[in-house]
Amino acid sequence: MTAVELAGITKRFPGVVANHDIHLTVRKGTVHALVGENGAGKSTLMKILYGMQKPDEGTITVHGEQVNFSSPADAIARGIGMVHQHFMLADNLTVLENVVLGSEKLHGIGGKARRRIKELSERYGLDVRPDVLVEELGVAARQRVEILKVLYRGATTLILDEPTAVLVPQEVDALFDNLRELKAEGLSVIFISHKLGEVLSVADDITVIRRGTTVGTAVPSETTPRQLAELMVGSELPTPETAESTVTDRPVITVDKLRLAAPGGKALLDDISFTIHEGEVLGIAGVEGNGQTELVDALIGLRHADSGVIRLADEEITAWPTRRRREEGIGYIPEDRHRHGLLLEAPLWENRILGHVTEKPNAKGVWLDPKAAQEDTRRIVTEYDVRTPGIDVTAASLSGGNQQKLIVGREMSHKPRFLIAAHPTRGVDVGAQAAIWDHIREARREGLAVLLISADLDELIGLSDTLRVIYDGKLVADADPATITPEELGTAMTGAAEGHLEHEETPETQADVSKSAESPEDEAR
Amino acid sequence: MKKFDKERVLLAVAGPVIALAVAFVLSAIVLIASGKNPVEPFALMFEQAGYSDVQVLILNQASMYYIAALAVAIGFRMNLFNIGVDGQYQLGAMMAAIVGAHADLPAFLQVPLLLLTAVCTGAFWAGIAGVLKVTRGVSEVVATIMLNAIATSLIVYMWKPDVFGVKIGNNSTTGEMHESGWIPGIDLGAAGEIYGLVVLAVLLGIGYWVVLNRTRFGFDLRASGSSSSAAAASGVDPKRMVLTAMLLSGAIAGLAGLPILLGDSHTYNLNFPTGIGFLGIGIALLGRNSPVGIVFAALLWAWLDKASPELDFHGYDKEIAVIMQGLIVLSVVVSYEAVREWGLRRQQRRVGAELAAGHVLGADNNTTKEVAGR
Repeated sequence: MTAVELAGITKRFPGVVANHDIHLTVRKGTVHALVGENGAGKSTLMKILYGMQKPDEGTITVHGEQVNFSSPADAIARGIGMVHQHFMLADNLTVLENVVLGSEKLHGIGGKARRRIKELSERYGLDVRPDVLVEELGVAARQRVEILKVLYRGATTLILDEPTAVLVPQEVDALFDNLRELKAEGLSVIFISHKLGEVLSVADDITVIRRGTTVGTAVPSETTPRQLAELMVGSELPTPETAESTVTDRPVITVDKLRLAAPGGKALLDDISFTIHEGEVLGIAGVEGNGQTELVDALIGLRHADSGVIRLADEEITAWPTRRRREEGIGYIPEDRHRHGLLLEAPLWENRILGHVTEKPNAKGVWLDPKAAQEDTRRIVTEYDVRTPGIDVTAASLSGGNQQKLIVGREMSHKPRFLIAAHPTRGVDVGAQAAIWDHIREARREGLAVLLISADLDELIGLSDTLRVIYDGKLVADADPATITPEELGTAMTGAAEGHLEHEETPETQADVSKSAESPEDEAR
Repeated sequence: MKKFDKERVLLAVAGPVIALAVAFVLSAIVLIASGKNPVEPFALMFEQAGYSDVQVLILNQASMYYIAALAVAIGFRMNLFNIGVDGQYQLGAMMAAIVGAHADLPAFLQVPLLLLTAVCTGAFWAGIAGVLKVTRGVSEVVATIMLNAIATSLIVYMWKPDVFGVKIGNNSTTGEMHESGWIPGIDLGAAGEIYGLVVLAVLLGIGYWVVLNRTRFGFDLRASGSSSSAAAASGVDPKRMVLTAMLLSGAIAGLAGLPILLGDSHTYNLNFPTGIGFLGIGIALLGRNSPVGIVFAALLWAWLDKASPELDFHGYDKEIAVIMQGLIVLSVVVSYEAVREWGLRRQQRRVGAELAAGHVLGADNNTTKEVAGR
């Protein structure tokens, strides 16, 4: 029995075809994964299914009946619900209030609604308590509230947009258990993701989108992540590199007992000490908000430490301003490229100057050198495969992945000694991701020291020479990337491995038995 | 990509043109509502612009508007709102007048001395707001408004005969300046005389463009204006930049009154023009903070000022010009934002279209597919 069928969907925006002849059939009681690179057209397709946009051609059939949605309300009425990537919850309201908000007519706002929520929560194993304030909930719990919100409105088909992006591995497993409950009850789930290992473990069917059109379907039991990735990208992926170590004994950056406190006195960073050598990538694992942002700020000079010492090679740079640090060879790929890495409304070549305005080729003495900067921007665009029609367009008109490639190209162009890479491939598609990794690896071979912060554990493990875990502002554990598994790392990230672990001996215990079949490293490398 | 350049020019012009058209139409509606002919006042004012003596008046007035608007624009370029240009230029002019009345150096020293006095006074007055903002977090808007009020009181105080004032009849003045500080104008005979310092306005405009677009400092300033967080990450010290921009804005503001002071009045008295700083805000807005745009905006404003008195002779109220200035500012704010968003979205779509069509810079089309292969 078919829950939802999209046939021949085409959507044109002026000058661009976002979707072209898309076919997607979701069986009732299954999890159907929709995979594709960023910008492949997944979001547009889901907006069409959710009634936010109208297709130019093609039909939508829900439970055998052809439908025509002109707003999300129509879609909801037909039992289609969407859980957005960015949660839409009011922090200062309770779970109950958040759930009934906008649907007060269904079961009122009092006891009846509370009973309904409890009932749904028990039925699908969501473990949602109606009277807790949302601000007290963690990320995973908020996501379950979002799912419950959709179920409360009577959804029988749920669209989950990149639901695992914000979760640690253990939470992902729990989410997948929830999804299995849902489908056991006869609901259907459309699961959007580009984490292929996850897709293969949870999906019953897979549809791959590339360049706006469906290029194939896959059966998870017969597919490897690698095949899936190739289907997504449309060409063969690079073979994983043999990880020959390039680590030397010459320290580039040394951090000693760094402490940074919030205005109230709470320590955001405490007793942080590490050394990164030439040719070494130090990966920092941690759930977001445990001090990563502060650590990066302290290293680039946006915040100054309350105590502790930072050295670049032999020089103490603790008191240096940001500009001096950048001039002396600290490269910076910021976590939030829109806030810290780009001038969105300025042309690309001015963005190439940003952060390096005092350096060649951007300036001669106090004067700017626009010609040379433009020339060099063209070089970066070519070398780093930034997809743009020209260097005079604004940064805002590029896709996120291309913006990121421009930033990486810019930072690498100044031959940094030390690179701070915060989520260097966040929101970047598989192809660009591989290219960015290659650039980092290549620079590392030439002696670059890298501090890598990432939420993608496969990326961390695959790229790092040394791993540290940050929790509540402290470096609580370290690990050998050659032996650690994402699950073990995930455990340490939740604070379960508190206290200074000398070295996590690779435990030959239960932890990897359960997951050994998947080998997620394959796609990461 | 020349295409995108042309587009930028188009967008830059579209905003003001739409705003002006809307303002004209709204003014006409006001006229109709008050039972007047909606077209004739404009015809009369256009006719005025044809007379050479009015043209000289417009140009002279515009030079001061231009300098004041540049001062405002410098602040705007980095998201600072210097409302205090009014106080800064009045104090600057008064200090220059006082120094000019008491010091008597040869002209080649006297004139630079007077300019420097005005620059330093303006910068000092704006700098107070800058220091307050940097050290205490006081909004520069509030601080500069307060400083305007203080400047007015200070001027009244300095007009007292026992301070620097000289009473001439009923008029309070700062005394006549020594002639070595006068700047001769360009004599056009019956049409009048163009202030010599119109040249200064032009030079300031050129300097403004060069500093903003061709120096490292200008880049940092613009970056701070468009994204303070990105600028800080790029190595700009935000506090220092705020202070520098305020000082610079004040320094230019200090000069705004000098064309008339050194070219015509030669004293700072009760008739000295006031309010130029406030008009400069609207002019900078209309001119989109661009040195060329502000030229047109300043001329337009000066035209409305100098051509409107004629209306009184034909049974219209010259305040129509003031209404119109107000309407222009209002429509400018709305239309610029609309055009900006429209332009951004349009460019995003066009870039998408260009990429879909395979027009990728620096890549022959068959290599674009194998990103992952490298």
